[in-house]
Amino acid sequence: MTLATFFQNFVNALQLGSFYALIALGYSMVYGVLMLFNFTHGDIFMVGAYIGFFVSSGLVAFASLGIVALPNWLILVLTILLAMLLTSFVGMLVERIGYRPLRGVPRASAAITGLMIGIVLETGNLALLGARRRSFPILIETQGYQLGPVTVTNTKIMIVFLSLLLTLALHQFVRRTKWGMAMRAMAYDFVVVPLMGVPINTIAALTFGLGSALAAAAGIFFGIAYPILNPYMGLLIGWKAFVAAILGGRGSILGAALAGFLLGFIEIFVATVFRSTLRDVIAYSIILLILTFRPHGFFGEPYSAHLRL
Amino acid sequence: MEARERPPAEAITRNAPLAKVRSQLAQIPLLGWLLGTLLTVVIEQAVGHPLALALGLSTVPGLFGLRIMLTKPTLIPSAVAYVLLVYVLPTLAVARLSAPLANRLAQQLLDRFPLWVSLIVHLGLFYATMHLWGDISAYRVLFLKFILISIILTLSLNLVNGYMGEFSCSHPGFMALGAYGASALTVLLFVNDDVFGAPLLPPALGPFMFPLTLIAGGLLASVGALVVAIPSFRTRGDYLAIISLAFMFIVKSLIENLEIVGGPRGFMNQPKWANLPTVFVWTAICVWMIYNFTRSTIGKAMCAVRDDEIAASAMTVNTQRTKIVTFLFAAFWAGVAGGLFAHVIGYINPSTFGVYKLSEVLAMVYLGGLNSVVGSIAGAAGLQLLMEVLRPLELFKWIVIPVLLIVLMIRRPTGLIAFTEVKIEDLLQPRRVLRQGSVQVSGKER
Repeated sequence: MTLATFFQNFVNALQLGSFYALIALGYSMVYGVLMLFNFTHGDIFMVGAYIGFFVSSGLVAFASLGIVALPNWLILVLTILLAMLLTSFVGMLVERIGYRPLRGVPRASAAITGLMIGIVLETGNLALLGARRRSFPILIETQGYQLGPVTVTNTKIMIVFLSLLLTLALHQFVRRTKWGMAMRAMAYDFVVVPLMGVPINTIAALTFGLGSALAAAAGIFFGIAYPILNPYMGLLIGWKAFVAAILGGRGSILGAALAGFLLGFIEIFVATVFRSTLRDVIAYSIILLILTFRPHGFFGEPYSAHLRL
Repeated sequence: MEARERPPAEAITRNAPLAKVRSQLAQIPLLGWLLGTLLTVVIEQAVGHPLALALGLSTVPGLFGLRIMLTKPTLIPSAVAYVLLVYVLPTLAVARLSAPLANRLAQQLLDRFPLWVSLIVHLGLFYATMHLWGDISAYRVLFLKFILISIILTLSLNLVNGYMGEFSCSHPGFMALGAYGASALTVLLFVNDDVFGAPLLPPALGPFMFPLTLIAGGLLASVGALVVAIPSFRTRGDYLAIISLAFMFIVKSLIENLEIVGGPRGFMNQPKWANLPTVFVWTAICVWMIYNFTRSTIGKAMCAVRDDEIAASAMTVNTQRTKIVTFLFAAFWAGVAGGLFAHVIGYINPSTFGVYKLSEVLAMVYLGGLNSVVGSIAGAAGLQLLMEVLRPLELFKWIVIPVLLIVLMIRRPTGLIAFTEVKIEDLLQPRRVLRQGSVQVSGKER
C-alpha cells in the first residue's frame, strides 16, 4: 500500500466510521441510561433514511412549483432537521410500546420486544412501499478536490464534519445541561433518582428520541453517500454499530463514537489489504480479542458485583 | 365464617357444567390421553379422506384446518366440523371411556416394572400417534421434524440463557458449526460429490454411521463454544452477549469464505437420513439428558452461578468448570440440532444461521419461559405452529407474529411457563377419583 492509497482509504474510513459512530451513539445512550439493548435501533436508522427520502423528495417537488425559491442547500438543512424531529417521535413511540411496559421485569424480555418491533418496521416498510429500491434525491453536486494524490469530495467532508459536530453536541448536552445531568443520574442509580423528583419516563423518552434523531442524521448521510435505500439496510450496519457501542464502554459517548470510527477503519483497511469478503471475519475477531482482554470496553467500568444481568 | 367460604349459589349453578367437565377430564391419566389420540389418528387414516370430501374440503386438512380457515373463510364451518368430528370428539370419548382401564394399566406399569418401562411405553404410544398423523402427508412429517429440531435448539439455549442466566446470542453459530460439520462428514464419507470426490466408505453403511456424524458435528460446535466460554470467566451479562454475537457473525462469515463447503452459495447433496424416527429419538434423548442435567449437582451449581456468582464460588462451587461444562453441553445439542436440520432439508446455506434465526430461537426461549424444560417445549412447538399456520398471510406473517409476541411479552414478561417443572414421575402416575369429585395424583397421597 502506497502512502497515497493509505490516505485515500483513510478518508473513506472516516466516512464509513461516521455512520457507525452516529448509530452507535443511540445504542450507547439507551444502554448507558436504561441498561437496555435497543435492538430496534438499526431499523430506526432505516426509518430515518426513508423519512429523509420522503421529506427531501417532497421539498424538491415543492420547490419545482416555483412559489418559494428553495435552494438545494436549504432543502438539505430542512430535510435533516425535519427528519431528525420526525424520527425522534418514532423512537419515543418504540420506547412507549416496547420498553416502558416492561420496566422492572428481566431485561431480556425487553430485548425480545425490541427485536420484534424491528421486524415489524422492516416488514411494514416492505408491505407499505413495496420491494422497489428507492434512490435518494441528489441535493448537492459532488465535487472532488485534489489534495496531492488524494481525492476528497465535498459530501465526504460534510458528512464527517457534521457527524463529529453532532457527537460533540451530544457530549456537551449530556455533560452541561440539566437534562443531561438527569440522564447521568439515571445511569448511576435507577431507584433513588425518581425519589429526587427526576421524571424517569420523560428522561427515558428523551434518551430514545435523541438517539433516534442521530440515527436519522446517519440515515440521511448514508442516503447521500450511497443513494440506494432498501428496507433491510439497517440490519447489517445496525448490528455492527451495536457491537461498536458496547465496545466503547457503558455510558461513554465519546467511547462509542471512537469505537464506531475504529470499526470503520478496520473494515476499510481489511478490504484493501485482504479480500473484501474477509471484512466481517477480521473485524469481529479483532472486537472479540479486545473484549476478551478488556471485557468492559474502552471507557466502561470494570465488571463488578452490581453491574450484572 | 362458613358462609364466606362457600361461594354464592348463583356461581355454583353457573360453573357447575364446567366444573363437572373438568372433574371428568381430570380422571384421565396421560396414558388415557395417548390412547385417545392414537385411536383418533387411526380413525383419520380410515375415514379422513372421504369425510373431508363429504364436508366440501378438497383434501384432508394439513394442520387441523387452521390454514384453510385463513385462506378460504367460507370453508370455516367445514374445517371446524372436521376437527370436531375427527379429532376432538373421538379423543375425548376414547380417553374418558378408557380412563378406568388406563388408570389400572398405568398403576400396573409403575408397580411391576421400573420407571423407565412406563416411560418407554408412553413415548412409544406418543411416537405411534405422531407417525400415523404424519403418514397422511409429507408436509406434516416435515412440520413435525421442524418442531422436534426447534425443541432441541430451544432447550439447549435455555440452559445458557435461563439456567445459567447469561444472554448468549451464539446459538445460530453453534448450529451452523454442527450442520456444516455433520454435512461435511456424511458427504465426504458416503456420497459421491463433485467437491469431496468418491465416497470413502460404502454408502450402505451411511444410515448406521449417521448418529456418529451427528455427534461429531455436535463436538465441533462444542469446540467452537470454547471461544465464548473462556471469555465468560472474566465477564458476564452484557459483554458476554456481545462476545457471543461477534462469535455468531464470525462463524457465518467464515463459512461464507470457505469455498470447499460452497461459500455463500450453500452446501448441498446431504443424504436425507434424518427421518421422523431418527429425529424423534434424538429429541427424546436430548430432553431426557437436559432434564437430568438441570437436576444434577452441576445443574444446581449452574443456578447458583446465575443467582450470585460470588456467593456461589464462596460456597465452593467451581464457577469456571460449571460455566465451561454448561456452554459445551448446550453447544453440543445446538450442533446436533444443526446436523439434523441439514439432513432433513438436504441443503444448508450460511444466511440461514443469521440474525433471523437468532430472533427465532430467542423468541422461542423467552416465549416458552426460562428455567423450564416444559416451557421450552411449549415455546418451540407453539411458535413453530404459529409460523406454519400463518404462512398463507405471506409477507404479513412477519407483522402478525412479532405483534403477537410483543403483546405476549408485555402480558407475561417471564414467558408462558417459567421456573416451574413438571416431574416425569408425576406425569406417569394414574389419577384416582377421591370423594366430592376432587382428583388427586395418587403418587402424592402416599
